[in-house]
Amino acid sequence: MTAVTTEMQLIADLVPAGARVLDLGCGDGALLAHLQQAKGCSGYGVEIADDNLLACARRGVNVVQLNLEEGLALFDDHSFDVVLQLQTLQHLKNTESMLRETARVGRIGIVSFPNFAHWPHRLSVLGGRMPVTKTLPYQWYDTPNIRVGTFADFEVLARRNGLTILDSFGFHSGHVVRRWPNLLASVAVFKIQRG
Amino acid sequence: MGSIGHVTPQTLHFADPLLLRSGAQLAAYDLVYETYGTLNAKRSNAVLVCHALNASHHVAGTHAGQDKSEGWWDNLVGPGKPLDTDRFFVIGVNNLGSCFGSTGPMQTNPDPALGGRPWGADFPVVTVEDWVDAQARLLDVLGIERLAAVLGGSLGGMQALSWTLRHSQRVGECIAVATAPNLSAQNIAFNEVARRAIITDPDFHGGHFYAHGVVPQRGLRVARMIGHITYLSDDSMEEKFGRQMRAAELGYSTQDIEFQIESYLRYQGDKFSAYFDANTYLLITRALDSFDPASGHGGDLSAAFAAARGNRFTVVSFTTDWRFSPARSREIVKALVDNRIDVSYAEIAAPHGHDAFLLEDPRYHGLLRATFERIGRTIR
Repeated sequence: MTAVTTEMQLIADLVPAGARVLDLGCGDGALLAHLQQAKGCSGYGVEIADDNLLACARRGVNVVQLNLEEGLALFDDHSFDVVLQLQTLQHLKNTESMLRETARVGRIGIVSFPNFAHWPHRLSVLGGRMPVTKTLPYQWYDTPNIRVGTFADFEVLARRNGLTILDSFGFHSGHVVRRWPNLLASVAVFKIQRG
Repeated sequence: MGSIGHVTPQTLHFADPLLLRSGAQLAAYDLVYETYGTLNAKRSNAVLVCHALNASHHVAGTHAGQDKSEGWWDNLVGPGKPLDTDRFFVIGVNNLGSCFGSTGPMQTNPDPALGGRPWGADFPVVTVEDWVDAQARLLDVLGIERLAAVLGGSLGGMQALSWTLRHSQRVGECIAVATAPNLSAQNIAFNEVARRAIITDPDFHGGHFYAHGVVPQRGLRVARMIGHITYLSDDSMEEKFGRQMRAAELGYSTQDIEFQIESYLRYQGDKFSAYFDANTYLLITRALDSFDPASGHGGDLSAAFAAARGNRFTVVSFTTDWRFSPARSREIVKALVDNRIDVSYAEIAAPHGHDAFLLEDPRYHGLLRATFERIGRTIR
């Protein structure tokens, strides 16, 4: 079972104690289990992969097997305090509608994704090649990251969809990056709400 | 993983009348049941397994002196199996109206005016709720106040759901597999074709065929054939039979078997009609049709499940099950989520259609194993 990573802990710190949480693409349920145990949170994970579903069941984390591409019809407006959309948005075809769904279902949404404008990626592209790094380990032809966006791009997308950015920062190597995150962070994190 | 070995059914007589949903009542009745494993000192490790249309109390193990007598869910229930009888005390009950020993249409109508003839068509219509209430009475006698879990697939899943709506305090977890919050019109339609096949069989005699020394076997055969088609997926039928023929060439017969699928369906129909009671078939399909917990709440399933806020759920569906499709299971999950009830939901990509719930799929059984291990950890 995955231990609680620094990145996971940093995300957990953003979730209020006792919150109802929906974790979209919850993986093996480690974060939800941590939120339940350490912060008295409750809620559900959503996963598509069978092995992750089993891992969640073994942890005793509520998990619902759904394809996020099909939307979140199962969940009513504002039925969760927090909706987590961590490292999943870049895998989805319906990125924009999923983002709107996140903001519809949760009072706040916390979104993270790989920041393609991180400086090593920029250098790579300047050198004429798509980046292959620790945070983006895939070749262009086999990457599951079908959406390639930057920290700055997300600000535009959020505005376009009438979402308010409550907070935003980057992560890199287990540290929060608040200075020039579009350049210095490999992961972008946004805390958003509707309206 | 071993088998439970030989098991012996037991019978309990109930002399207190059971008021049925229809308004009728059963003055007295018998329930046949089997148990596996050992009830712990605190009586807290009991799991009830509810059966579907053609199954019975014989969930697991074998009956002495009978070949191929494994229980219908023997691959799931036993020592070291996902529902581990080394840990849990498992109960299987034959439902009222069935033909495997509990009071049903084949048994004597107690009305003295009828001179000891079987109930036949006069057996009162029973519902999922009536079954659940009768099962609760059995638990009273067994001294079990609260079930660690109730488990069922298909019609059995409806009973498992109904437990949380009627006796929420008496059950911890509900595990509902390949089931639905009610039957769709198409589903009722299949049941009706099966019923008409039975009722229009000249040997049916208005449901009182026992006195004539006959059984409406033709009707039962057709009923089973229709049922069987709906339990399989198009793909699994194609894979198993395709257009394979019985003979090397087409016989251009309108009556004889040409294709292997026909042979298979006829075999299933023959087998079934030899042991299953026609009146039971009518009663049980009616119980399926009538189940609709939302109907008492203006059609609002979420309102119905407000009664189950103290329970935890595991819901499982199979992608190729078109008789009890994943969409129907998702309706249940939605109602639970609306009530903030703990639920896990798995949609198993199995090719076998509705029958998948009785088969051994590693993802499916892995999930149930993990679920029962979790339940086991909460038992004291």
